[in-house]
Amino acid sequence: MEAVVELEEVTVSYNEEPVLKEVSFSISQGEKVGIIGPNGAGKSTLIKAIMGLLAVDQGNIKVLGGSIDENRKKVAYIPQKEKIDWDFPISVEEVVMMGRYAHLGLFKRPQKEDRQLVNKSLEEVGMAEYKERQLGKLSGGQKQRVFLARALAQGAEILLLDEPFAGVDQTTQEAIYALLAEISEQGKTVIVVNHDLKRVEEYFENLVLINQRLIAYGTAETVFTHQHLQEAFTTTQKTKSAQKELVVIG
Amino acid sequence: MIEQLSIWLLEPMEYTFMQRALIASLIVGINCGALGSILILKRLALMGDAIAHAVLPGVAIAYLIGINFFWGAVTTGVITALAIGFVTEHSKIKEDSAIGIMFSAAFALGILIMSNIHTGVDLFHILFGNVLGVSAGDLKLIAILALLVITLIILFFKELKLFIFDHILARSIGLPTSLIHYLLMLMLSLTVVASLQTVGIVLVVAMLITPGATAYLLVNRLSTMMVLAAFFGLISAVIGLYLSFYLNVASGAAIVVVATIFFLLALFLSPKEGILTTKKIFGN
Ligand SMILES: Nc1ncnc2c1ncn2[C@@H]1O[C@H](COP(=O)(O)OP(=O)(O)OP(=O)(O)O)[C@@H](O)[C@H]1O
Ligand SMILES: [Mg+2]
Repeated sequence: MEAVVELEEVTVSYNEEPVLKEVSFSISQGEKVGIIGPNGAGKSTLIKAIMGLLAVDQGNIKVLGGSIDENRKKVAYIPQKEKIDWDFPISVEEVVMMGRYAHLGLFKRPQKEDRQLVNKSLEEVGMAEYKERQLGKLSGGQKQRVFLARALAQGAEILLLDEPFAGVDQTTQEAIYALLAEISEQGKTVIVVNHDLKRVEEYFENLVLINQRLIAYGTAETVFTHQHLQEAFTTTQKTKSAQKELVVIG
Repeated sequence: MIEQLSIWLLEPMEYTFMQRALIASLIVGINCGALGSILILKRLALMGDAIAHAVLPGVAIAYLIGINFFWGAVTTGVITALAIGFVTEHSKIKEDSAIGIMFSAAFALGILIMSNIHTGVDLFHILFGNVLGVSAGDLKLIAILALLVITLIILFFKELKLFIFDHILARSIGLPTSLIHYLLMLMLSLTVVASLQTVGIVLVVAMLITPGATAYLLVNRLSTMMVLAAFFGLISAVIGLYLSFYLNVASGAAIVVVATIFFLLALFLSPKEGILTTKKIFGN
């Protein structure tokens, strides 16, 4: 399968200290990939770097064989804990229509085909009946579905979701995963950040385990070894206790 | 009764200065209402107030060197917006503090120039408006500025909506978000200049925010919010102007008081959001 997202020795920092160090992996078309790691591991940073919202210090990121700027229309990004004003005067339909903006260009209003695509996307996520509803008057899971519909309406080939399940109950979570599975069966690549390790092996074909560095990449069996997990989830504590010892000795 | 009303309405219009005042207020009401809706949703209300105050040094300098006050006002308005952006981006000072620092500085500078050098401008008129003094030339400028702002809003409605609602999506589909921000600041400066004579620097923020806030409580779509805000701006301006004529009170203040009465009515009686109509007062 063709690689759609390729990272080569990618280092990213906000200030001086890098938060991602020399991360390399590549994701093939149609894959469902889970990005896992503890809080502060750099998962959101990784996604933002792929989206080109953060500059990389070193290394190279290729999306669909080129730069992200060449392929923006084909990549949909649903950020973590949407900094969305839920009281915004906007309907569900209008939110999904925004997925079409990438294709419309300046001065052009949405056409009939755009409206049809919006309807189709809303149907796919089971939200067609809420079309007219003001966005804020939906439950957490319904809101997530609306943003998923927006990604579908965009016609994206790659979907990047950052912790889509915060504040979403188990049933809705399963429904959204089922939806993501369908999307990936259509040949689209789905990349989901999830720091909850429960059942990730059922949902994803491959996992990326990171904690600043790439710790492991592959199927759940290869990633979930005792050594990998210890490396990912205990390094920070170790350094802290090491520091403590130093203080005591000093 | 109807005759009485029409006399009451038409009498002030026998004066040319009142005709001009009415047209100027109408235009400013519409312009402020439409742009104000964007400011409210983007949480830029404070920025509106800041840019309003920041035009003062520009006006003073323009009179000093003998150019149209428009150029001075727009220049210092935009420079202040850039300075606020610069401080926010390059230090850990948050935007609200940066706004506080920069606009008071600009305002103080304006007062300083006006208090020391004789500019021949009445500070009171700039601060609180002087709608009865609008000349034919002023009226033309006001109309051009408002038309420009409203045309920009209509042309870039889609982009502005996306930018206000979800700037991350805007960025990720490649929209130039900082450019849009500064375009908004430019539109704000133009609107403030257009409003100077009607409501003045101190009260223009009310014209920007109050009609928009009233509309926000009544409708559920950005486009209808803007239209309704423009409507509230317009009728507040007209009613306020008549009140100032008959009661002999300051016109800018009268317009703002009327706009506030509409807001209070919506706050308590809006069918969807009203404090009394939805019993929000008893908690959710
Ligand atoms: N805007 C920022 N400026 C400076 N440092 C940041 C910024 N955003 C994140 N960081 C730091 O970068 C590191 C990685 O953050 P990131 O948000 O990528 O973590 P994450 O894996 O997504 O965590 P979480 O599970 O909590 O969402 C953290 O140490 C964080 O403190
Ligand atoms: Mg995160």
